[in-house]
Amino acid sequence: MRRWLALLTFFGVLTAAWEVLVLEGVWPRVLVPAPTDIASYLGTSFLDGTLTGAIWITLRRLILGYAAGFALGLPLGLLVAKFKYFEGTLGLAALGFQALPSICWAPLALLWFGQTETAMFFIVIMGSVWSIMLATNSGIRNIPPIYVRAARTMGSRGVHTWLKVVFPAALPFIVSGMKQGWAFAWRSLMAAEIYITIITGFGLGHLLHYGRELHAMDAVLGIMIIIILIGLLTDRLLFWPVESYIHRRWGTAE
Amino acid sequence: MMEVILSSRSSSKAKLAVEDVSKTFLTSQGKVQALDNITLQVQSGEFVCLLGPSGCGKTTLLNIIAGLEIPDSGRVFADGLPVTDAGSDRQVMFQEPALFPWLTVIGNVMFALNLKRELTDKTRREAAESYLRLVGLERFMRANIHELSGGMKQRVALARALAPDPVVLLMDEPFGSLDALTREQLYGDLQDIWEKHRRTIVFVTHNAREAACLGDRVLIFSSRPGRIREQFEIRLPRPRDINSVELAEYSTAITRALKSHLNQGEEEVGE
Repeated sequence: MRRWLALLTFFGVLTAAWEVLVLEGVWPRVLVPAPTDIASYLGTSFLDGTLTGAIWITLRRLILGYAAGFALGLPLGLLVAKFKYFEGTLGLAALGFQALPSICWAPLALLWFGQTETAMFFIVIMGSVWSIMLATNSGIRNIPPIYVRAARTMGSRGVHTWLKVVFPAALPFIVSGMKQGWAFAWRSLMAAEIYITIITGFGLGHLLHYGRELHAMDAVLGIMIIIILIGLLTDRLLFWPVESYIHRRWGTAE
Repeated sequence: MMEVILSSRSSSKAKLAVEDVSKTFLTSQGKVQALDNITLQVQSGEFVCLLGPSGCGKTTLLNIIAGLEIPDSGRVFADGLPVTDAGSDRQVMFQEPALFPWLTVIGNVMFALNLKRELTDKTRREAAESYLRLVGLERFMRANIHELSGGMKQRVALARALAPDPVVLLMDEPFGSLDALTREQLYGDLQDIWEKHRRTIVFVTHNAREAACLGDRVLIFSSRPGRIREQFEIRLPRPRDINSVELAEYSTAITRALKSHLNQGEEEVGE
C-alpha cells in the first residue's frame, strides 16, 4: 500500500509539473504535448482500435519469435555444453552473432522474405536465440561437478541426470539468459517495425514511425509510454515470478 | 594399556572387500602413485576409519569404492559383487553437503528413493520422513537448503545417504568444515544412529581424535605411495566422548604412529 502511495505521489507530481509547464507555455506544445493531450490520444486510439490492434500485432510477433528463439536456443545450448566439438564451432558462432545487433539482420531478412511477417519473425528469433543459447551453455558449465557425482552415487544416469540435476541446477543462468534474450528481441522488434513496413499488420513501431511523419507528438509519446508499460508488465508477469521462486529456493539476494 | 593389533586378513564374508587396488595420477609434477596395492576388508556393521595426511590417497580410495573412479588395477567387492560403477548400494557423504538447492529438504532425501522403481510414493515419503526424524530434522522437511546451518545440512546429507539403505556408507571428512561444537554433537548423533542401525561405514579423516572416537578400527595411511601402514583397534565402550582421557590416549598413540610413517615416507622420497 505504501509502495503504491509512493509511486502515485512521485509520478503524480512529475506529471502535474509537466502539465503546468506546457500549459504555461514554458515548453512548446508542438514538441512537448501536455500529459492530458497524450491521455486523450491514448483514449481515442484505444477506442477506435488502432492501438489495441497494433499492440496485438506487436505482441504476437514478439511472443511467436521469442518462443521459437527459446525452442531453438535451449537445445543448441545443451548441444554446445555437451560436445566439445560444438563448443569450439557453434559456440563461437553464437558469441559472434550475439555481438551483432539483431537489427542488422533486417536488410537480409527483407531480401530473403520480403516485407512479410516471416521477416519480423526471423529478426526476433535472431535477437533472442543467441542469448538463450549462450546462457544455457554457461549455466550448465558452471554447475558444481559434485552435484552430478552425488546424483550418480544415488543411481541417476543419462536423461534422468539431465532432467533432474543438470537442468534445474542451471536454471538460474538459463532464466537470466531468457531475460536478456527477451530484452534483445523486444529492442530488435521495435527497431524493425520502425524501419520496415509490413503490409499485413501495423505494429507499435509503425505507429511510432507514422507519428513522427505526421508530426503527432502526442502519438509518439503515447506509444512510447505503451512500449515502456509492455516492457514493465512482461518483466513483472513473466520473469518476476520465476526469479522470485529461484531467489527463495537458492537463497540468493532479495 | 591399549592394544594395538596389526591387520589380520580375515577370509570371512566381508561386506566390503578391496583387493590389491592401485591408482596412479598424472599431474604437472609427473606421476603420483595415489594408491599402492591397497587391500582391506570391512565386516558387516563395522565402522572403519581411514586416517592419513591430506593427499595420501584416502579420498581416492573412497571414490574407487564408490565407483566414481576406476582403479588402474585391483578390484572392489560390495556385498560380494564387483564394483564397476557408482550405485545406490554405496552411498557417499562428501566433504561438502552436496545437497541440491532446487529441492526442499525432503526432496533431497527422496532423490535416491525416487530412483527405486519397486517403491511406492507412499513408502518413499514415509522412509524419507523416518530418516529425517532419525537425524532430528523432521520439523524442517519443507525447508529450503539455504535456510539450514552447516550442521543441519550435513544431517540432511546423512539422511539422504541412509535413505536408500546402502550396503556401505562412505564418509569423506563430512564434518571437516563444521565448528567444533556442532561437530561434537554430530559425533554423538552418528554413533547413536550407527548403534541403532548397525550400518557398515568407511570414514575418511585426517583427524586422529575423530578417528579414535568413531571407528572400531583405524587404518593409517601414508602418502606417495598411498599405503596402509598400520591398524589400530579401538576398544572403548560407546558412546564415546571425544574429550575423554581414554580416547586421548588412543589418539596420542595413533598420532605418533601417523607421524612416524610420515617421516618414513619422506625418507623414502629422499632416497
